[in-house]
Amino acid sequence: MSLLHLLALSPFLLAAGLPLLGRAVPRLHRGWFAAVLSVILFAALLGYSSQVRAGLPVTESFAWIPSLGISFTLYLDGLSLLFALLITGMGVLVAIYSIAYMSDESESLTRFYVFLLIFMGAMLGLVLSDNLLTLYGFWELTSITSFLLIGYHHYKHRSRYGALKSLLITMTGGLGLLSGFVLLYVMSGTYQIRELMDAAVPLASHPLFLPAMLLILLGAFTKSAQYPFHIWLPDAMEAPTPVSAYLHSATMVKAGLYLVARLSPVFAGTAEWFWIVSLGGLITLIYGSVAAVKQTDLKAILAYSTISQLGLIMCLLGLSSLSSVFVGEESLLYAAAGTAAMFHLLNHAVFKGSLFMIAGIVDHETGTRDVRKLGGLAQVMPIAFTISVFGAFSMAGLPPFGGFISKEMFLEAVLEPLHAGVFHLETWAILLPIIAWIASVFTFIYSALFVGRTFLGSRKPSLARKQVHDAPLLMTLPPALLAVLALGLGLFPSLVSYSLIRPAADSLMPHLAASGEQLPGSIKLWHGWTPALGMTIGVIAVGVLLTLTARRWLKLYAYVPRNLSINRFYDASLRFFERITVRITSLYMNGSSRSYIKYILGFMLLVLGFILFNATDVTFRVGAYAVIAPYEWFILLGLAAASLAVPFAKSRPVAIILTGTVGYLMTLMFVFLRAPDLALTQMVVESISVTLYLLCFYHLPKLRTERRAVRFRLPNFLVAVAVGVLMTLVALAVLGTNPFEPVSDYYVRESYESAGGKNIVNVILVDFRGFDTMLEIMVLGVASLGIYNMVKLRRKATDVGSRHVSHEGDNADEEAAQTRRSIYGYDGPDTGLSTLAEDPEEAEHIKIQDAPELPHEETDEHPQERHRSSSNSHEKGGERDV
Amino acid sequence: MSKGSDIFLQNVSKVVVFIVLAFALYLFFTGHSSPGGGFIAGLMSAGALLLLALAYDIETVRKVVPVDFKLVTAAGLLIALCTGSGALFFGEPFLKHAFGYFDLPLLGKTELHTALIFDLGVYLAVVGVTMTILLTIGEDN
Repeated sequence: MSLLHLLALSPFLLAAGLPLLGRAVPRLHRGWFAAVLSVILFAALLGYSSQVRAGLPVTESFAWIPSLGISFTLYLDGLSLLFALLITGMGVLVAIYSIAYMSDESESLTRFYVFLLIFMGAMLGLVLSDNLLTLYGFWELTSITSFLLIGYHHYKHRSRYGALKSLLITMTGGLGLLSGFVLLYVMSGTYQIRELMDAAVPLASHPLFLPAMLLILLGAFTKSAQYPFHIWLPDAMEAPTPVSAYLHSATMVKAGLYLVARLSPVFAGTAEWFWIVSLGGLITLIYGSVAAVKQTDLKAILAYSTISQLGLIMCLLGLSSLSSVFVGEESLLYAAAGTAAMFHLLNHAVFKGSLFMIAGIVDHETGTRDVRKLGGLAQVMPIAFTISVFGAFSMAGLPPFGGFISKEMFLEAVLEPLHAGVFHLETWAILLPIIAWIASVFTFIYSALFVGRTFLGSRKPSLARKQVHDAPLLMTLPPALLAVLALGLGLFPSLVSYSLIRPAADSLMPHLAASGEQLPGSIKLWHGWTPALGMTIGVIAVGVLLTLTARRWLKLYAYVPRNLSINRFYDASLRFFERITVRITSLYMNGSSRSYIKYILGFMLLVLGFILFNATDVTFRVGAYAVIAPYEWFILLGLAAASLAVPFAKSRPVAIILTGTVGYLMTLMFVFLRAPDLALTQMVVESISVTLYLLCFYHLPKLRTERRAVRFRLPNFLVAVAVGVLMTLVALAVLGTNPFEPVSDYYVRESYESAGGKNIVNVILVDFRGFDTMLEIMVLGVASLGIYNMVKLRRKATDVGSRHVSHEGDNADEEAAQTRRSIYGYDGPDTGLSTLAEDPEEAEHIKIQDAPELPHEETDEHPQERHRSSSNSHEKGGERDV
Repeated sequence: MSKGSDIFLQNVSKVVVFIVLAFALYLFFTGHSSPGGGFIAGLMSAGALLLLALAYDIETVRKVVPVDFKLVTAAGLLIALCTGSGALFFGEPFLKHAFGYFDLPLLGKTELHTALIFDLGVYLAVVGVTMTILLTIGEDN
């Protein structure tokens, strides 16, 4: 276990200890723990930078589960370092910001920071893993923590909807990713990324190469919200603003970009990779920027802007893959796209982080994020206004900010393929600069609108009455730092270009170093009169014109058909699956435990029977039985009598006691067979389960005496007889077959020697098969929670994910309600408050009346209401008679 | 469940509960060298509490053992996980146990084993799970 391992895992350790730490120092805000840890991590990672810059990546490994060949290998090169610093650096600022932003509700705050820390650990693990399987594990963990954080305000329906949507989409991608990794393993025989890269060239001709690439890209595109998988990101804005700033703009959504960059050496050089990645990015870029312009919610503008910027970086990563097609000088031309991607990654985190925090501040101070109700805030919030101007300039690509430089580099990079002449670029390359330019114009417009509609103009009457002022220092400091950084990156790009950007670009394109080429590291604010500069001037001119006339042409968006949106497709498919699932499940889940027993036994019959009749080395040994002592005869007769009597019992207690008799007689049998552990366990289990049965049957109706003769049911009869026959056969086969060396000798020998125990059963449980035991108790724990939830909470299934929220005024909500009525016969526990509060006009009403405490009052139901019990489960009980 | 009124059962169980719990404790510690172990001991302890619940009622159990059994399960799982992860800090694979023989006052030569800590996790998890299920179903109306 190295220092690097400890660094990567420390957020998890703090997350585990946070509830206790928080209780020890109740006066201290939980956010400080996260902030301090992030500072330490950031500093420690910075310590590695000189080594990484010198081209010496750090590799640390330890055997995790050596018997399965899984090791936990961490690898820190330029790319990982850039991401790791981004994660921890933004972590510090977001943690500090959240201290002021999150109001003090001590218990749920602990929950918030535990999730945030787990996310940070998962993200660090993701970018540091060298093993594809551990990478996948951390990847899914980021999805899960993102789900938990989006749904942090779990009493709000929109939060739950957004959380579920993000989880479903990113998990679908995650499954694709896993299959892609498995395919890579099939091709190369390794899960280590280092070894994969050495094998990259022979892989390209493998028939599974393309499927693996597509599956991995599915994972990356869903995670990085690329079109058409972007729909989860705007709904994820229901998360508290620090979360949006951290997960959904700076770090988690960049995991897809990281993966593409990380595996670029494996896949780059093929036409498919180039076209999918760069075109996917380009489409996302223009879609996001065009859609951002029409948004009216500050965070929604930023969400679509994030989608668009992620597309830009994705496009650059695709363009950079061209460099591995060429050699020498020419490959360096295309490699500039890779440098641009890395630089823009950093710039985006900086300016988008500051803008998100400003959106949070505006929300916090005014109680609304709707630009239609904002305006003229520059006079009362001068600091926030200045910061947002810095951020928006960088976002729009204006000098002298960092965003200007990377935007220029991007525009140069899209012009480069005009001369490439491969992958049919001679025909299609002209599209790249045109789309990029249009998208840049829209980027300029939404940046301008973001600032203009919030801070300039006249104040709306609803706000004029309120005392609005700048946010407290703790809340202003993080975005201010980011704004200064955005300026610093523009004026002094050399601060990071040699230490961070070039090493990152080097690990994105390792073939350059291998062929002896040296990436030009210098990034300059002024780089002469290039075509890209001309394009930027055009963007500014057209952008200013269009921004000033925005009122006239924004109406055009109303003509976009709503029925074709991807959100509606998502909602419809969710409804479709729900309908199908309910139909299929109700086919066999009929509430009668008799049927369930039948399924279980039937399945056992199939599997065991199949094995028994297909195995070649099974011999049935008849006749060589142990001698049955006279007292054992008594027990056996008792067993048979008791089990035969169960079906004829007239009342439940009698039936229970009879089954108990069977159990206790078995215990006695174990004693005679000299199996004290089994006897003890059986006895205790029997005692408890009999009591449990009694408790359960307390709620069931009395047994009915069947007046009519019991109908003969052939399937039941067949299953019963077959199970009896099968078990007899199995017993005989066990007697006769002995294909393996018995393992018991090994355990007898080793349990004292190497495990230091004399009770083999227990040594096996806690030591030899300790992993099994751990997972088993975990299963037990989950089962008990399941029972607790089912009995205590009794929530209705329709309450969770099937209700939709309306996007852009469509009637998704209504349609979903109709579906639910058709499936379940009712519309779920809707209090009616939700429709009231989600209607913008009504919500505004409420807000003005009791602002400012109620920025989040869209509570559509209260936790208590979930306890309403369903009467259905009781009514069904009547059918369960024996 | 209605309040139990069997005075014999109540008085007997006052004593028996402690005997059963003591026996469970014995089973737990002796588990590594003779029949017993965390699983059986856990079930046995749950059985003792169950006896209490039958003789009196569930409120009595809640009063006597005022803990949230869901948390007991969680604590057990955490202990088991931490014992397993502890090995990592010594450069050993996950869940590798260590043991040694020590001379302790009063007890003489004693074997101390990290497996016992793991077993404590199993014990707590089993007690927590069993009691959660029993109390949940028992309290339901």
